Amino acid sequence: MDTFSLAFYALAFLIIAAAIFVVTSKNIFHSAIYLILALFGVAGIYVLLQAPFLAAAQVLIYVGAVSMLMIFAIMLTARIADDSIRHTNEQVGTGLLVSLGLLAVIVYSLWQTPFPISAAPMPEGAGGTIGRLLLTQFVLPFEIVSVLLLGALIGAVVIAQKDKVRGVSEPPNTPLPKPAEKVAG
Amino acid sequence: MLELDKLVKIIGDGIDAGISALGLGPAWVVLVQLIVAAAVVLIFASLVVLFLVWWERKVSARFQMRLGPMRVGWQGTIQTIADALKLLQKELITPANVDRGIYFWAPVVTFVAALAVYVTIPFGKGLIVRDLNIGILYILSITTFTVIGLLMAGWSSNNKYALLGGFRSAAQVVSYEVPMALAVVGVIMLTQTLSMGEIVAQQQKFYQWYIWRQPLGFLIYLVAATAECNRTPFDLPEADSELVAGFVTEYSGMKFAMFFLAEFLNMFTVAAVATTLFFGGWNGPVLPSWAWFMIKTLLGVFVLMWFRWTYPRLRVDQLMSFAWKFLLPLAFINIVLTGLGIYIFKS
Amino acid sequence: MVSDFAAVAVFLGLGVGFVLITFLLAKLISPSAPNPIKQSTYECGESPFGPAWIQFNVRFYIFALIFVVFDVETVFLFPWAIAYQSLGLFAFVEMLVFIAILIFGLAYAWRKGVLKWY
Repeated sequence: MDTFSLAFYALAFLIIAAAIFVVTSKNIFHSAIYLILALFGVAGIYVLLQAPFLAAAQVLIYVGAVSMLMIFAIMLTARIADDSIRHTNEQVGTGLLVSLGLLAVIVYSLWQTPFPISAAPMPEGAGGTIGRLLLTQFVLPFEIVSVLLLGALIGAVVIAQKDKVRGVSEPPNTPLPKPAEKVAG
Repeated sequence: MLELDKLVKIIGDGIDAGISALGLGPAWVVLVQLIVAAAVVLIFASLVVLFLVWWERKVSARFQMRLGPMRVGWQGTIQTIADALKLLQKELITPANVDRGIYFWAPVVTFVAALAVYVTIPFGKGLIVRDLNIGILYILSITTFTVIGLLMAGWSSNNKYALLGGFRSAAQVVSYEVPMALAVVGVIMLTQTLSMGEIVAQQQKFYQWYIWRQPLGFLIYLVAATAECNRTPFDLPEADSELVAGFVTEYSGMKFAMFFLAEFLNMFTVAAVATTLFFGGWNGPVLPSWAWFMIKTLLGVFVLMWFRWTYPRLRVDQLMSFAWKFLLPLAFINIVLTGLGIYIFKS
Repeated sequence: MVSDFAAVAVFLGLGVGFVLITFLLAKLISPSAPNPIKQSTYECGESPFGPAWIQFNVRFYIFALIFVVFDVETVFLFPWAIAYQSLGLFAFVEMLVFIAILIFGLAYAWRKGVLKWY
């Protein structure tokens, strides 16, 4: 087995194992950590596909930002540390069935699709070709992405406003006690 | 003269011959070469941290009109080794309520993230482990990994101070990452490549250093990098008077040492990246290339230490406002100005 | 090119190995005498009061959200920066539009007081 296949199988094993642990872990923070591991494995797969820029983007965005967002969301549901919340899932059987069904559908469709392998040579350098394409051929999706990001930003503002109404993100406004009068002498 | 790249080549060829003599294939040769290179970098990183810890104490002392470590070895140079040995044999107290798995792996993640950057740092001519074609982007993405280690440490400690310290550290590091990346984008617009080796190769003459063409970018990078390293004036999450020790409150002995190591490695990394991007990397007359690299990088680290004893600490809300309301718009202005400048000079 | 990233894998592996070996060494050398007081959570000398979770403030989440948005924008800026000099004025204008839309978002968040950290 050559190194490429070895690397691929190792990464695939890592991703699948991490994904299984995400779903079966009893502690939700552990699930988040396993998800980070799985996302990191996906970055490795991108490297094997000769897309290092995408791998770096994956780590930067998914591991660096989205994972942190998820962890903060976990913290936000403040009673996680409370053991009275049950972490078990009663629908394991149905879930397993549906997942396996979905897996079968995906595998079948991937098997049937003839993925053409391009005869063009691999573009040199990371990012240069992407940049050129992004600004010439794919300009419209590029600008729409910025509008999408704007939507996310405004959504964040709306969330903050809603909580302002409920008084969560306001500063505590207990007035300070008046300082005692200076004692003479 | 005294360049190390020939030595590296000799060792590499030696490994090649040795492994081939054993009958193993080329993949094994590459693997062994990489392991040797990684081991060398690890040893170098350890030595650098040993030196930096001593230097920090000396520099801090001199800034405060005192002498610093003087007894253990000449001018206290063996002090760090003594401290390391002490930490090694300290009892590893694991508090009862911690989340054991994550508590154990947090320092590992933080240290490995700090070390993995050194794959593509150009230490000198021919002295770069692998000149990755996504060089600087790789470095930026690995540094985001340390945030995860931080959060893991804060969460698993099951301690109010650690939790709050961890969150604040994470929020701070993350807020300053965007201006830092944007400052780097400014340089990339000039270099047209992400590869660290090529960026250094483009700065061979003194006047070609990118500091001249990106002064604003450098300033933004410097400030953002100081915040990334959790150094004063941005060290509120670690401030002793504020939150005990922040996210490392519940860590003792060698586990604490790992976080400490990672912090100093990060300082060196930040200075090394600044040297490569703005100050010509290992280019310089007379002295060998690795000497120039070390001089420039250590000067950068000295500046970071200098900041520590010059500026007062920012409050957490000042910290965040500064990042989002000042540094970020400034970084965008830098990019727009650079874009305009390039366009004007090209036509 | 892929072998370049094998270096990354080796570094990660060696880093983890180094830390684990150091921990093992420390475990072998150091004494181990746990008692309940040593193992209690640290609260500046007082007995720990209340559960360890704090009233988590939503502003952490807001800042993380804003960070995601700008992180994605940064990732888009990198390929543009690399290809910038080989493209014309149009590329600059396109990126200006991209940045302007997001600056508008930032300004809106600023006006709405979302960027305040108490």
